[in-house]
Amino acid sequence: MPASPTKTATPTTRQSDIAVEVNALKKNYGDLAAVKGISLSVAPGETFGFLGPNGAGKSTTIKMLCTLVIPSGGTAHVAGFDVVKDRTEVRRRIGLVFQDTTLDDYLTAEENLRFHADLYGVPRQQVRSRLEQVMEMVGLWERRKNEVKTFSGGMKRRLEIARGLLHAPRVLFLDEPTVGLDPQTRSHIWNYIHELRKQEDITIFLTTHYMDEAENCDRIAIIDNGTIVALDTPEALKGSIGKDRIEIQTDNNKDAISVLKDHFGLDSSESEGSVAFHVPGGEQFVPRLFAELSIPIKSVRVARPTLDDVFMNYTGRTIRDAEASTTERMATNPWMRARSRR
Amino acid sequence: MSTTTSTSVQRSFEIPQSRIAGGRFRDDLRGMSVVWRRELIRFIRNRVRIVVALVQPILFLFVLGTGLSPIVKTGSHGFDFKTFLFPGILGMTVLFTAMFSAVSIVWDREFGFMREMLVAPVRRSSLVVGKCAGGATVATLQGAIIIVLAGLVGVPYSPVLIITLLAEMALTAFGVTALGVTVAARISQVESFQFVMQLLVLPMFFLSGAVFPLTDLPQWLAVLTRIDPLSYAIAPMRSAIFEHIKVSPSLLKTLAPSITWDGWKVPLGMELGLIALAGIILLLVAVIQFSRPE
Repeated sequence: MPASPTKTATPTTRQSDIAVEVNALKKNYGDLAAVKGISLSVAPGETFGFLGPNGAGKSTTIKMLCTLVIPSGGTAHVAGFDVVKDRTEVRRRIGLVFQDTTLDDYLTAEENLRFHADLYGVPRQQVRSRLEQVMEMVGLWERRKNEVKTFSGGMKRRLEIARGLLHAPRVLFLDEPTVGLDPQTRSHIWNYIHELRKQEDITIFLTTHYMDEAENCDRIAIIDNGTIVALDTPEALKGSIGKDRIEIQTDNNKDAISVLKDHFGLDSSESEGSVAFHVPGGEQFVPRLFAELSIPIKSVRVARPTLDDVFMNYTGRTIRDAEASTTERMATNPWMRARSRR
Repeated sequence: MSTTTSTSVQRSFEIPQSRIAGGRFRDDLRGMSVVWRRELIRFIRNRVRIVVALVQPILFLFVLGTGLSPIVKTGSHGFDFKTFLFPGILGMTVLFTAMFSAVSIVWDREFGFMREMLVAPVRRSSLVVGKCAGGATVATLQGAIIIVLAGLVGVPYSPVLIITLLAEMALTAFGVTALGVTVAARISQVESFQFVMQLLVLPMFFLSGAVFPLTDLPQWLAVLTRIDPLSYAIAPMRSAIFEHIKVSPSLLKTLAPSITWDGWKVPLGMELGLIALAGIILLLVAVIQFSRPE
């Protein structure tokens, strides 16, 4: 791929301000449209989350952005370079942490990282200091001489994050960085990611199907069936639903439900001894509820909408249901089954 | 680890533009050498594998070699069958080690490490070349361990002979690794490795003249042995050994013949040239296969 030095050295001015720029990106596998024309842009320094059930097209999109899969249509620029035309330039500027481990178990932690430093052309005189820096960050410097096969799942993931940062990428892609880890390790990984954002001037693009993790992102795109159904900050997304959930316990739940309907015009439902309903500005509504509801209230709980509610709102189902139906689809579709085996 | 120092490291770390513009070839070379080095580290670290890989050649050389001695013609000439077998066993060691090393690509794919290499900003061709060089080095080293046994089977420790054998083994190892990498590109599952061993490696070994001389064979077998590329690797090694020991010309003709094509003797240089050519062609095929994106 011969490219003139000027072209390789300077990305076009307009796109250099944007870390990731995606336009009508598509990917088909045979008849199956995995990604159906998505567009988004991520600013430098942003932590951007891709939220969706398994099989929604998250991994395919990330693979296209990482130049591992060639798009069927549309364009994508990462760190100012086209993912198809300037593959090598994109690769130099991105760090990757995949769902499945990509470490060599028979090499030590340090050897794995040195291998990476050589592959990515990290200047030799900087390898040692950079190695220490990233391994300290994930707390593995003391274990650098140990073979990776002696590491736990969480340690391997941390090492992969360190490796992904070794060549000082502009954009770090994390594909399901915490999948398959226990809750404590998951929260550790997130601590590292937060630490990383403080220390390095880096854009993070991650996928997850954990709602609570998506909350850590500056902005989220909700992807379902290969299309982006919503894209905004977690707060704005939750705000866009516009209603809080209120749960009350009363002396007489049946009467409460009918009063809510007749007096306030609210639909409510009873479950496990409490009555639940949705209302805009929940906290402002509570005083009114106490004043106007004739039945004595024993307890009140006001909950902000969660990303689960957001997902439900945009896709008409919870992420759990979506996962279940995807799994079924994958089990019955021989093409998907064959692919998922690899 | 204060924030300020980290930031300054980050700044100074920005990859120099000049290097990006001009250092492409050096990057590829560095990528190639690190893949080669990984093969070596994995080989040296796995001592159990080195020892286990010695079992088969030793069984063939000393058990089969000794056991068959009374019934093979060489015995009547007062010639040790094990000496005849020795170059064949060198070939076998190289064949199995190189193939195993090459097909480890399938494991790399299965366990994900392949992806680490495929997304790197270096040419895939440099990775494939590094892999072939690594496999060839490892197989030659394993063969060198067998050379240590030469004295036990009547092969002299002559420096010229040892260097000749090492060079011929290295060439063979390169060819076999290139073949293995080409095959590995087509294998998607670890289980298929058995097929490779049964359908490729064993026939190559038995047809190569490693265990019997390629003279006075029935037509069908003669043809098959001439198709087997490994034949052209065993013959030069055997003639090198026979040149260093005293044998009668008639015995030399029976036991260490040049390979013939319809009566025409293939010269030594051409035998080695064929191996090199096959290796280069297979390497090119492997490069093309691995350069293809998903």
